[in-house]
Amino acid sequence: MHDHDHHHDHQVVPSDPALRTKALESLLVEKGLVDRAALDALVDAYENKIGPRNGARVVARAWVDPAYKQRLLNNASAAIAELGYGAAQGEHMVVLENSPSVHNMVVCTLCSCYPWPILGLPPVWYKSAPYRSRSVIDPRGVLREFGLEVSEDVEVRVSDSTAEIRYLVLPERPAGTEQMTEDELAALVTRDSMIGVARVAPPAGSKP
Amino acid sequence: MNGIHDMGGMQDMGPIQREENEPVFHHPWEGRVAAMNRALGAWGKWNIDAGRYGIELLSPADYLRMSYYEKWLARNVDFLLKVGLVTPEEMETGKPAPGSQKVTPRLTAAAVPAVAGLRGDFMRREAEAQARFTVGQQVRARNMNPVGHTRLPRYARGKKGMVVRHHGIFVFPDTNAHFLGEQPQHLYSIRFTARELWEDDASPRDSVDIDLWDSYLDHA
Repeated sequence: MHDHDHHHDHQVVPSDPALRTKALESLLVEKGLVDRAALDALVDAYENKIGPRNGARVVARAWVDPAYKQRLLNNASAAIAELGYGAAQGEHMVVLENSPSVHNMVVCTLCSCYPWPILGLPPVWYKSAPYRSRSVIDPRGVLREFGLEVSEDVEVRVSDSTAEIRYLVLPERPAGTEQMTEDELAALVTRDSMIGVARVAPPAGSKP
Repeated sequence: MNGIHDMGGMQDMGPIQREENEPVFHHPWEGRVAAMNRALGAWGKWNIDAGRYGIELLSPADYLRMSYYEKWLARNVDFLLKVGLVTPEEMETGKPAPGSQKVTPRLTAAAVPAVAGLRGDFMRREAEAQARFTVGQQVRARNMNPVGHTRLPRYARGKKGMVVRHHGIFVFPDTNAHFLGEQPQHLYSIRFTARELWEDDASPRDSVDIDLWDSYLDHA
């Protein structure tokens, strides 16, 4: 593993990754390198335990509790841990606040860095070449593809996650939600709004 | 390495394909690959930077053609062989070598809740390192083209920006990916205006923040 050679001497790509994966898992289990129950638990965690509902709770809390919001903006990792997400030795989180003058969006141009503990595993489009390549050179065009038109007098600020800092966008609280509870607010918050490719829509039936 | 993975600023990759109600995994095997990746990481034979570099070593054609988890699968097979956790014969036959000792898995199901949400390793270090820059300073990203792993994207090289956040001291990927030591350095968010990066076609208001290590930067 210490060499710098760039020969592309990888194994021939499996024609059927499902079969290859099954064969590899059997081998690793038989050798004792992995525990099948641990794999089951990991898949369950990825599918059911982590996900954007965690991030939505963080956003809703920040909307209703100004002191929490301040802690979130000052030290996001600690404030997120207050709600039980991530771990003490977790991700280095930074929260980016959207406002009437700044719209934040997050990308990882070099790979697929994404705040797993609070947003779950990234959607395919986030990891795809079109999003990774164009977000930094044409963010407004990308946002338009997501149906979001950002006014020319608003700064679009893209964060390229090139290190181990993980970014969560704190979207603007929509109008017409003044009477809503924290739980109701959390239900409005979408994954895409926390990546910064969407706004949080006002609740159905509310007057604009 | 100036590879296909460093795609910030390319324009010919087509429209963004979104999927409503996208499942976490599209096929069961993808979940198994993701889980094996995490469980094998517990052996400590490689690190997150080496893992990224392993994907970067795929040929450009494979990189664009293969799905995300196909890349992980190829990379992990490659790692297992390189570090000797699995022999080529075992990979070929799918059976442990006759007479080989069965080991005990490093990651147990009981330990999963503590690690499942964590994307990677804890990379902040309490090390001695000189911070050459402070928030508010003007800097220029170096025009460097290492053949190994780096996290300085091509589109930022030679460009001028401003330090907007100082994150502390972090493991340096350019050495860690090659098992040449962690060599921790200060890490900063640098704000580049869109005009600095893309010239006159870009919006005069827009900007891109990029997390860059101390040795990627010069005073400007």
